[in-house]
Amino acid sequence: MIISRRSFLKWTGLLGTASLVPVKARAWKSRAPQDPYGCLVDLSRCIGCRSCEGACNQANNLPAPEKYFSDVTVFDKRRRPDDKAFTVVNSFHPGEVDVRGTLKPTFAKIQCMHCQDPGCASACLTGAMSKKTNGAVHYDKDKCLGCRYCMIGCAFQMPAYEYSNGLTPRVMKCTFCSDRINNGQKPACASVCPVEAITFGKRKDLLKLAEERMASEPGKYINHVYGKNEIGGTSWMYLSSVAFEKVGFLKMPTKPIPQTSETIQHTMFSYLWSPILLYGVLSVVLHRNHKKSDKHGKNDKKDHPKGD
Amino acid sequence: MSHHPQPIVRAFWTPGVFVLVAFMAIAAVFVLARYIAGIGYVSNLSNAYPWGLWIGVDVASGVALAAGGFTTSAVAHIFGKHRYESVVRSALLTAALGYTFVVLGLLVDVGRSWAIWKPLVFRNFNSALFEVAMCVMVYLHVLYIELIPAVAERFGKKITILNELNKRLAKFMWIFIIAGVVLSCMHQSSLGTLMLIAPTKLHPLWYTPVLPLLFLSSAFTVGYPMVIFETTLVTSSLKLEDEMNVLSPLSKFTIATLGIYLLIKIADMLWRGSYIYLFEGSTQSNAFLVELIIGGIVPWLLLMSRKVRSSRRSLFITACLIIGGVMMNRINVFITGYMPPFAEHSYFPSVGEIAITVGLISALMFIYRLAVTYLPILSAKKLEETS
Repeated sequence: MIISRRSFLKWTGLLGTASLVPVKARAWKSRAPQDPYGCLVDLSRCIGCRSCEGACNQANNLPAPEKYFSDVTVFDKRRRPDDKAFTVVNSFHPGEVDVRGTLKPTFAKIQCMHCQDPGCASACLTGAMSKKTNGAVHYDKDKCLGCRYCMIGCAFQMPAYEYSNGLTPRVMKCTFCSDRINNGQKPACASVCPVEAITFGKRKDLLKLAEERMASEPGKYINHVYGKNEIGGTSWMYLSSVAFEKVGFLKMPTKPIPQTSETIQHTMFSYLWSPILLYGVLSVVLHRNHKKSDKHGKNDKKDHPKGD
Repeated sequence: MSHHPQPIVRAFWTPGVFVLVAFMAIAAVFVLARYIAGIGYVSNLSNAYPWGLWIGVDVASGVALAAGGFTTSAVAHIFGKHRYESVVRSALLTAALGYTFVVLGLLVDVGRSWAIWKPLVFRNFNSALFEVAMCVMVYLHVLYIELIPAVAERFGKKITILNELNKRLAKFMWIFIIAGVVLSCMHQSSLGTLMLIAPTKLHPLWYTPVLPLLFLSSAFTVGYPMVIFETTLVTSSLKLEDEMNVLSPLSKFTIATLGIYLLIKIADMLWRGSYIYLFEGSTQSNAFLVELIIGGIVPWLLLMSRKVRSSRRSLFITACLIIGGVMMNRINVFITGYMPPFAEHSYFPSVGEIAITVGLISALMFIYRLAVTYLPILSAKKLEETS
């Protein structure tokens, strides 16, 4: 059942307390792809035109929105991606003012971050969520049973669910336009951005590009590439001239989301060592007690050994 | 001391049973609506709160409260304390029904109920949920196998093949008895691992790497109080002997198991320093205090008293406190303590969610009543026979 590819852990300890015993468990290893693609979003460039939203809608055959993509009244409310929109742009006023003293908006496009070690993919019991070598976190509806544990496992709260579908609901989220990438194209949103706020490329190149931009215009950007180290790194990364907390980004630990639970699972259940050991111990106990009660006389029924 | 489980011949259609049927009918309407119009139509589940009452109560609490099955069969069959034989069958029946309804609850909760078999084919060994799913599936079968002797005793004469099966099985039954305990230990603990996938969302009062150990030790803890709870309810409502001669000594084990659970819980809190959140006054911290004090420390102190252990009423109340404490722990870990970063409002179950949960529990009680009426499950004598 639970067979792990990790090496067998040689250590002893009583089962009930085994997780308390300090053990030399083999350290957790990331399964992140070596050279994935990514996108770098420069928040200082974004003008809030929402072309990316429109392109995403088309590329993914999503239903027409209630308000046109040109309607700026959507900015009155903070929106989240949902089952009908894989990416949304929100407007923030973090306090910067222009020459006339009016507050300058900062726009932030959000979507699935395509984590390097995704919590959703670790959580999914069937592997319907998986990290591809091209960087995309891919959802396969044909493996999904709809438990929504992936949504629990996502620290960015990105996956949405088709709650109004009775029999065949799907988990809905940004696909990173994985098929387009495999055909040598950019994701739809990155391909239409009129101000090149979204740069598509290899993740390691994008990290270099981010450093270059920060170095070339000192003082313009804050010294933080969001997504470089957040929960072990993400394929989508952000540059900003204002603090990320002020434009709706969560403060995240650097530890990958699946690390704790996977370490526990693999330490306890590699090669099913602990259930097998427990089974053995209990078998010995059971048969000893049976011999005892057999000596005291009567009884041959093993399922219901009767006392005296 | 011998025990003779036998069918309890009492009038079946009592007013209470009619109430159960009414609840089941109401739930059926909501279940139908859920499959026609979707989960969102009957529930308050959302993208922020993908799990709610159905997972917190029907599944997580259901599994915990079914722990009476493996804990009693362990003490009576494996550790050879035969005086407890008389409560094993009813505890196993409760467990079998409990797990059946865990699965039924899951069928309502998962979006693609028809695809529930898929983990058998597509397996992710990194997922704690995969392990839980496999264990629950196998354990459910083990529980039904463990109940075969009861069915064979009743119907073996009419259906000879059943008798034959039972005879053959008797030699191998120990394999299933131990498997039941091992499988229980595995998935009871791994249910605690589930929420460790949400380190940034689960409140720090509950998020701890020893959560699996806490889930396991609290499952051990709640097993015997559940036996006390159901035996007291059944024997009083069917007017049978109270079985205190078994329940009182059984409750002594709980002093140890509850003590260990509380010790780990408190030591972990001190070790991680999470006690700083104890008095922050939030819903979460208050829920934690209630869970720890009223559902843990108070019943532990009560159990220390011989007077409490030997009084039917006090023991029942103490058992209720422990059951409430463990249930609240599961609800806290899966619902109250779950704090999604972008929630518009906090989650509270809808009428539909509550109706379906109540209906499932009613159906469970209905089948239990049916089973003890027609199968040799209960050993307690009818009161009029003893006096």
